[in-house]
Amino acid sequence: MYTFSNKLKTLSIALMIIGAIGVVYGFMTSHKSFEDVETMLVAESASHHGGGHGEDAAHASPAHDTHNTTDAHATNAHANSDVSHGDDHKKHVEHVMHQIHNRPWAALYVAAFFFFMIALGVLAFYAIQYAAQAGWSPVLFRVMEGITSYVLPGGLIVLAIAVASHYLGHNSIFVWMNENMTNPDHEDYDKLVAGKSGFLNMTGFIIRGLIFIAGWSIYRHFARKFSIAQDNADINDNSNFKKTFRISAAFLVFYIYTESMMSWDWIMSVDPHWFSTLFGWYVFASMFVSGITVIAMITMYLKSRGHLEFVNDSHLHDLAKFMFAISIFWTYLWFSQFMLIWYSNIPEEVTYFVTRFQDYQLPFLGMVVMNFVFPLLVLMNSDYKRIPWFVVMAGIVILCGHYLDIFNMIMPATVGDRWFIGVSEISSIMLFAGLFIFVVFTALTKAPLLAKGNPFIKESEHFHY
Amino acid sequence: MESSKVIHAIYTDDDVLMSAVKKVKAAKHHIEEVYTPFPVHGLDKAMGLAPTRIAIAAFMYGCVGLTVAITMMNFIMIKDWPQNIGGKPSFSYIENMPAFVPIMFELTVFFAAHLMVITFYLRSRMWPFKKAENPDPRTTDDHFLMEIAVHGNEEELESLLKETGAVEINLVDKEEAH
Repeated sequence: MYTFSNKLKTLSIALMIIGAIGVVYGFMTSHKSFEDVETMLVAESASHHGGGHGEDAAHASPAHDTHNTTDAHATNAHANSDVSHGDDHKKHVEHVMHQIHNRPWAALYVAAFFFFMIALGVLAFYAIQYAAQAGWSPVLFRVMEGITSYVLPGGLIVLAIAVASHYLGHNSIFVWMNENMTNPDHEDYDKLVAGKSGFLNMTGFIIRGLIFIAGWSIYRHFARKFSIAQDNADINDNSNFKKTFRISAAFLVFYIYTESMMSWDWIMSVDPHWFSTLFGWYVFASMFVSGITVIAMITMYLKSRGHLEFVNDSHLHDLAKFMFAISIFWTYLWFSQFMLIWYSNIPEEVTYFVTRFQDYQLPFLGMVVMNFVFPLLVLMNSDYKRIPWFVVMAGIVILCGHYLDIFNMIMPATVGDRWFIGVSEISSIMLFAGLFIFVVFTALTKAPLLAKGNPFIKESEHFHY
Repeated sequence: MESSKVIHAIYTDDDVLMSAVKKVKAAKHHIEEVYTPFPVHGLDKAMGLAPTRIAIAAFMYGCVGLTVAITMMNFIMIKDWPQNIGGKPSFSYIENMPAFVPIMFELTVFFAAHLMVITFYLRSRMWPFKKAENPDPRTTDDHFLMEIAVHGNEEELESLLKETGAVEINLVDKEEAH
């Protein structure tokens, strides 16, 4: 049995405390008044808007050629009113003020979602291993079960932050949560959001969220239960394994629908005017590769501490192959989404990428380098995939890249060009990293690290490439 | 034509073959070649063959394919007959790059895959009208054949091979064709 080492426990609690302090600090300092923002904007325009985001450098991007560059983020971040530019000074200051207010919310949400999606990605990976009756991976099942224990708390936290941003915040993450947008008599009325309100409304959002989380958690609960029951069962009795096989196949069907809908609800709806039909797949690729990376990292951590003696470098090799392959799969989907929108150049679609090329050039293109170019070059060589520290380094870059991926999905719609990786963002990451470590490693102590009853366990132990 | 003696030891199981290869190697005999009806995993390592370099070749072929794709499209679509791509008449390769990426990818894969297969055949000395080197047709069905060079130590080798589970041991004159 694994015991949660005191050092790691202290680390996770310290991360949570420091993170929580930082998050509170972020919320407190973001409450700038109208006058503060006004003076800030005057100071900024005096120094020729030297915000450090390199907006001017963004003009090399292909999307600019035909598209009018008039402030695309206005349509995204505040889709509610017809912002007529340059005339209404008050509106502009208010707009910036809201973006500054939104930042700690968005930062918290991005980090919460990032760690949640790791757990959900691992759950899908785990179900695939069972449904495919994989012979190589059963030695890693307990690590995966440990990580998936975060699906329930993580999912509830993400949903809670989303709902709180409406009730406690100022609709700080999702503009469509503003009820005035569906009211034709109100100045915030928005025809497109009103048209989508049959799906995008608070009640539906909460009910759908709860159904998703319940479905995933029920599968996780029973899969874990049968996995432990299989350990204690008679050697010739594989009934528990068969049950898991069946529920895994059913879960995968449920998962691919709900994961897709979850990505519309929890991410795509931050830009309620914009839509992409492969968004669910795109988010799936991101969560899948992050999940596999975390499996590899936790496996190597436990192995370096003298556990998991049955895991050999062929298992590591296979995980690294998955990291490599799914990184390319992610790029394929990222590019497919980008290219079709870039090619057709329809204003209502292309604003999404115009914003990202204008205000988010560094994180947007940096993410492609970290998630594609880097894994492609580093993990291509077969021998390097067996070197633990090498895979860890690659994994850290991949995880940072996929954090940035979520960052790029949420931030342009919530904070516009007022983004920065600062106190709010980093402390939110620390808070949820601490919680993730705490939950996952606590779950790892609950059962032996070898799923010894799995009918494929001998094959997995002798797995050798 | 030079002639030399070799022993052909025939096995009927890949696991037996694997352990036989290890034993023969341990006894410091030189295994010329092993003929199998299907790829046996780990056999190359057990025989002490040098690691394959086909991955490096594939990488270089991929780079060639990528270069061909870029040069070709730049000539066709930008230089020779400039095209208005997707309503963006910039006539610049880099600004229209997203439209070219699928072809760049496909040609990279195409070159890597085809040239890799051709390289593999040539490196395995297989080309059209080549006479088969296979000494025993049963190795294309369900038998495994190990070929060991003999330097006046037939007796010792034969007893060793018997021990490793060979079902048939033949001493043959091998005509060196090259």
